Amino acid sequence: MTQSEWPLWEVFIRSKQGLDHKHVGSLHAADATMAIQNARDVYTRRLEGISIWVVESKHVHASNPDDAEAFYDPANDKVYRHPTFYQVPDSIKHM
Amino acid sequence: MQVAPSETVALNSYSPELRQQLFQYVLQLADTSLILGHRLSEWCGHGPILEQDLAMANIALDLLGETRSLYQYAAELEGQDRTEDDLAFLRLAVEYKNPLLVEQPNGDFGDTVARQFLFDNFHYHFLLQLKASPDERLAAIAEKAVKEAAYHLKWSSEWMIRLGDGTEESRQRLDKALGNLWRYSGELTTPTAAEKALQATGIIPDYAGLLPKMEAHLNHVFQEATLPVPQGVFMMTGGKEGRHTEHLGYILAELQYMQRTYPGMRW
Repeated sequence: MTQSEWPLWEVFIRSKQGLDHKHVGSLHAADATMAIQNARDVYTRRLEGISIWVVESKHVHASNPDDAEAFYDPANDKVYRHPTFYQVPDSIKHM
Repeated sequence: MQVAPSETVALNSYSPELRQQLFQYVLQLADTSLILGHRLSEWCGHGPILEQDLAMANIALDLLGETRSLYQYAAELEGQDRTEDDLAFLRLAVEYKNPLLVEQPNGDFGDTVARQFLFDNFHYHFLLQLKASPDERLAAIAEKAVKEAAYHLKWSSEWMIRLGDGTEESRQRLDKALGNLWRYSGELTTPTAAEKALQATGIIPDYAGLLPKMEAHLNHVFQEATLPVPQGVFMMTGGKEGRHTEHLGYILAELQYMQRTYPGMRW
């Protein structure tokens, strides 16, 4: 294709009621309506989902890999931030 | 599709004559989905972009799924030893009863979209009515297929609007496609003598009843697409009675090659 290449979209699909939308991949489309239809055709052919979100890839801002040490390493030794000191009742799902 | 006990009763309650009429009609529906599904499958690997390649393959597979249910029912109605495969692969071109529209070549993407839209607008509204058929098998097949057809119509309507109200070139191509294909659209809702007889029994819907909704949707889409609705075009018919355009022979040559060359061959 020439200069008229369609923009890239990120696709998020919720597999069932109560779960989160998960990132499943990306695709090309001219606008949001087409992106949702394309996502339906590309990513829900095998009963993967009940709800689709699309967002144009240019609107996703990502952290810089170079910042990894400063961003993530400080959490290494702070075990008290994990909620592992509680008993989770059996009736609570999806934790 | 399996025959549930209650449905067997319905099938057996038909007179031999009605059963034969219904057999021919179910064959016609099956042929229609088979030929259009085959046409769309020709796009597989050749779509303008990956996403639309998949979209057309999905629609083709929906149509082939509907085709199988219909041929299986037809085979039961006939009550001979023929299977769904025999009906799909071992009949002559004059025995195929699909309307002329669905055998027309893919052409460019605009031709395919125009053909699909004209068919989907009929197919969806037809299936909505067929769902209420007193024939339980046809009603069940329509119930499943109408959800798929609703998406097909959404897809092709969307593309009609995008191409019609798109660039100068997309509009020209769609305009040309409609110029070629419009003459085949009338056959879909023009009942043959056989269809009229079945409509009189109430087993299949009267096409006249579909027209207001079909026209309303078509007018809406053409308006959005900024296209004029073609007027005063002479409508070609004959496919539903076995008089086809030259294209069907080529489709069947490809479709039937394996079964003709290696009779009884299985995957």
